Amino acid sequence: MTDTYRLDLQEGGLPAGIRGFLQNLLAAEAVRAVLVPQHLPMKRLVMPTLVTRPEGMDGVDPLAPCFPMNAARIASRLARKPMGARWAAVLRPCEIRAWVELVKLKQARTDEVVLVSIDCLGAFQNKDYIRRAGENPAATTQDFVSKALAEEKVEPDLAPACRACEFPVPPHSDIHIGFLGCGGALMAEARSPAGREAVESLNLARCETPASRQAALDALVARRVGRRDEMFAATQAAIGSLDKAAAYFADCINCYNCRVACPVCYCKECVFVTDVFNHEPAQYLQWAGRSGVLKMPTDTLFYHLTRLAHMSTACVGCGQCSNACPNDIPVMEVFRTVARHTQQAFGYEAGRDLEEAPPLSVFKESEFPEVVGISRRQAAG
Amino acid sequence: MGEFEPTIVAFVCNWCTYTAADLAGTSRLSYPKNVRLIRVMCTGMVDSQYVIKALLQGADGVLVSGCHPGDCHYINGNFKARRRIKLLKEILPRFGFEEERLRLTWIGASDGIRFAEIMRELVEQVRALGPVRSPLALAV
Repeated sequence: MTDTYRLDLQEGGLPAGIRGFLQNLLAAEAVRAVLVPQHLPMKRLVMPTLVTRPEGMDGVDPLAPCFPMNAARIASRLARKPMGARWAAVLRPCEIRAWVELVKLKQARTDEVVLVSIDCLGAFQNKDYIRRAGENPAATTQDFVSKALAEEKVEPDLAPACRACEFPVPPHSDIHIGFLGCGGALMAEARSPAGREAVESLNLARCETPASRQAALDALVARRVGRRDEMFAATQAAIGSLDKAAAYFADCINCYNCRVACPVCYCKECVFVTDVFNHEPAQYLQWAGRSGVLKMPTDTLFYHLTRLAHMSTACVGCGQCSNACPNDIPVMEVFRTVARHTQQAFGYEAGRDLEEAPPLSVFKESEFPEVVGISRRQAAG
Repeated sequence: MGEFEPTIVAFVCNWCTYTAADLAGTSRLSYPKNVRLIRVMCTGMVDSQYVIKALLQGADGVLVSGCHPGDCHYINGNFKARRRIKLLKEILPRFGFEEERLRLTWIGASDGIRFAEIMRELVEQVRALGPVRSPLALAV
């Protein structure tokens, strides 16, 4: 089903090769626009841009270890109604997986979009990137990529979410650009009819996927899965009782940054900003009276538990919640740890498949007999 | 201090379990006073946050109870509730809430006797679990 094409490696290595491919998509009018992150003169971080001319891609640095936001939200904004033209979205695997969830939640249309993914080496936390990249982001990217490809110690510096991410390649995209395990070569894989149509218009030479690629990907995923499982164990130990959970989230100030940064929290008006949580002043006085002290703001742990109930089945583990926390609470770790259980319970995996219905949107007449009734020893299944 | 008296918040649907509770009352059946009934139109409207709020603010157990499968007044609200309870039973134990603190039952409108039995049994089960030691019961 998949077709693989060789991409020219120009001077400037992998980043330039990928940039050239995207520019060619525009030049060949395979797409009218490309949503792609790039450096802009006045910005310190790599930010999504919507580009319609090939010469507008000078700042495209697709392998920069910089991930300031989950651009699935931006893509869904562009795809909520027909744009009137075919366009490409260059997204990280976690962004594509969030996009898949948003499509299923009716927040985006797929028909005009060509999803372009690239082997993902991960990224630093925002603060780390700004500190490291400083004056010369291009050199930072080059250094990062060469170390990552040489399997030097770059990964421990990555954001915790990236360190534990088992998706260097997303399960779903139209075109995937790969270089891991390709011996320095760069290739584009058409993974769908829309992707094939776009790539075919560039008249690229076909090639075989190097045999070493799968082994390289497997090794990378195995390393990350190992770290992921360590993270699950450590996090579960840190939140395993109410006291511990309260301590874990003790520095939460109800800024809701994690919810705003979350790509799959899509409600226009979150219940936590409604009057439901605008308690009566007399209510606070009554709560304070129970022990003499009331921690303010209230409803912090309540907020996180409720958000877990509302969106953990759609959590893709991108880590933007942790990135957004002003008080450095490791939010992602909790959400991934819990999401693993909630998604497994429904045989669901966020971002895996557009055809898979979100667990809370469907039901079967006969299911989960173990949750019904009050027998002490519950029947398993 | 006497024996621990648990507090149980029960979300009961208007059409079946609340009617069963009513029947239990008019039949002069007795059941423990530990249960606080909250009548909702359907178990399908019991959002996860109602359950979480109850447990964080002092309830030692939460019951959601509605119509038997196939009997829902709104056709499928109880099936949706069942998925939500499944979800919560995955989340709450991660934070130290015993899974048995959250229960889902189907009690039909004519099951007054069964309603009283289940309330008695439930209160004893939660009593055995002990109180939720929520620091938030004191400080939200």
